Amino acid sequence: MNVLICVKRVPMTGGKIVLTEDEQAIETRHLGFTISPHEECGVEEAARLIEAHGGESVVLTLGPPEAEEQLRECMAIGADRGILLVAEGAEWDAQATAAAIVEAIRAEDVEYDLIVFGNESADTGGYQVGIRVAYALGLPCVTGLKGLTVEDGRARCEQEVPGGRDVYVVPLPAVVTVKEGLNLPRYPSVPAKLRAQRKPVATSTPARRDSRLEKVRLALPPGQGKSAEILGHGPEAAPAVVEVMRGLGVA
Amino acid sequence: MSVLVLVEPGDELSLQALALARSLGGPVHAVSVGAPAEVAADVLHVAELEGSYAPGAWATAVTELVERLSPEVVVAAGSDRGNEVLAHVAARLDLPLAANCTEVRGDEVTRVRWGGSLLEQARVHAPLKLLTVAPYAVAAEAAGAASSVETFAPALSEADLAVRVSERVETASAGVSLTDAKVVVSGGRGVGSAEGFAIIEELAGLLGGAVGCSRVVTSAGWRPHADQVGQTGTKVSPDLYIACGISGATQHIAGCKGAKKILAINDDPEASILAHADYAVIGNLHEIVPAISAELRKARGT
Repeated sequence: MNVLICVKRVPMTGGKIVLTEDEQAIETRHLGFTISPHEECGVEEAARLIEAHGGESVVLTLGPPEAEEQLRECMAIGADRGILLVAEGAEWDAQATAAAIVEAIRAEDVEYDLIVFGNESADTGGYQVGIRVAYALGLPCVTGLKGLTVEDGRARCEQEVPGGRDVYVVPLPAVVTVKEGLNLPRYPSVPAKLRAQRKPVATSTPARRDSRLEKVRLALPPGQGKSAEILGHGPEAAPAVVEVMRGLGVA
Repeated sequence: MSVLVLVEPGDELSLQALALARSLGGPVHAVSVGAPAEVAADVLHVAELEGSYAPGAWATAVTELVERLSPEVVVAAGSDRGNEVLAHVAARLDLPLAANCTEVRGDEVTRVRWGGSLLEQARVHAPLKLLTVAPYAVAAEAAGAASSVETFAPALSEADLAVRVSERVETASAGVSLTDAKVVVSGGRGVGSAEGFAIIEELAGLLGGAVGCSRVVTSAGWRPHADQVGQTGTKVSPDLYIACGISGATQHIAGCKGAKKILAINDDPEASILAHADYAVIGNLHEIVPAISAELRKARGT
């Protein structure tokens, strides 16, 4: 089977987000980059499916040229090759992103049995690119997967809901969006990282559509930088802690 | 200007979506699928649909009303279903969707990014605005009865039902759930090992609370993902959240900022978590956590 996993390069924000002066982006000069934990599980799941069923797993991203770094990381986990759609200009909205991904999928020689997205991206969190791609390709889409079994040309998809799991069974090809917890992604070995450096990446530059959800500016939410009341140092603080718990009615 | 709101019966987030819809002025039409929701809308439209959840069928219920009522805004809760159904509607109508908004002013919305660690002001370029409401950003409206109720039967295609819940697997509940707990005691990297969580479990047990953890912990395999509090884990809202050995990455804060009070136990007085905490104890959690448990026992005379 052939599996495509779509990922997005995002900064590792650490403990505190700092904005650029023009309030258009996160200040990333001192930050590393990664992909969403949801997507990492998608890459791992794609690798496992190929190990079990044979075929090819391909990782795709739309982003700056530097996003090749994330493709290499995904290929170290298991993807066989990469597709880099270089996004020109300002931030691409969900519609533009989905359109570019659809074009790239149509341009491929392979037919994908499963197209995987994270349930939502770590940064913009639009909750929609996977669904838009599914509509454009005329495929079913199941979202928020925490369990996936592929058998006899069908995908059994499990979604976590309060009190249990909802099960969906859809025929392949299909689009799925996954959540962290689907699996525990492996740590790539050093040889796997070296192999990933030699795997092919196809780069293209799709035409940009105008944003219809256009970012105006970013802002930090109010109430940042509380200063915590220090109840004490070490185990001697225990009585003060219990006092606070009583005050809150939880002790 | 009329507004259409997708609501679910017995759903708090739907009542928040309704409150935001109401703030836009103009008549509020609500739509619920399968059963009437207890919402004080001007008109409640109940889509007659039998059987389990199917996002495509719900989307058809919404798009039929969009055609009939020509609303200027369609609102849904920022829940898994609300976001999913409106994404279907957006894909079908080729319209932008602004997910998880906190505020709407004309063509501009404020929405959350990074699980709430960042806000975005965005302009929606569309004649019909589709948006979902970020959970707990807007005070919920009280449940009530709609002024009038109309039922309708959406005309479904086969494709609308291609994706549908075919089975519900119940999970046996073990103890207090993270989402309902009044107290959550969470451990991070500082706990050091899977075994290290014994003291966290002990304190949670004494407080009748639940055990949580940070992403580092689940990635290391010390705890199952179900225990993870964070942007890609569970979002909790206890009366007291106790963060033990957790540095306070934005990924984690996105999951615990709904807590009424946060107590941080950390050996680093400069840790980011302190900028989000109400109380802190500085020092070694392996000494402090058992001391709190002992103090609780002493106070209870057990």
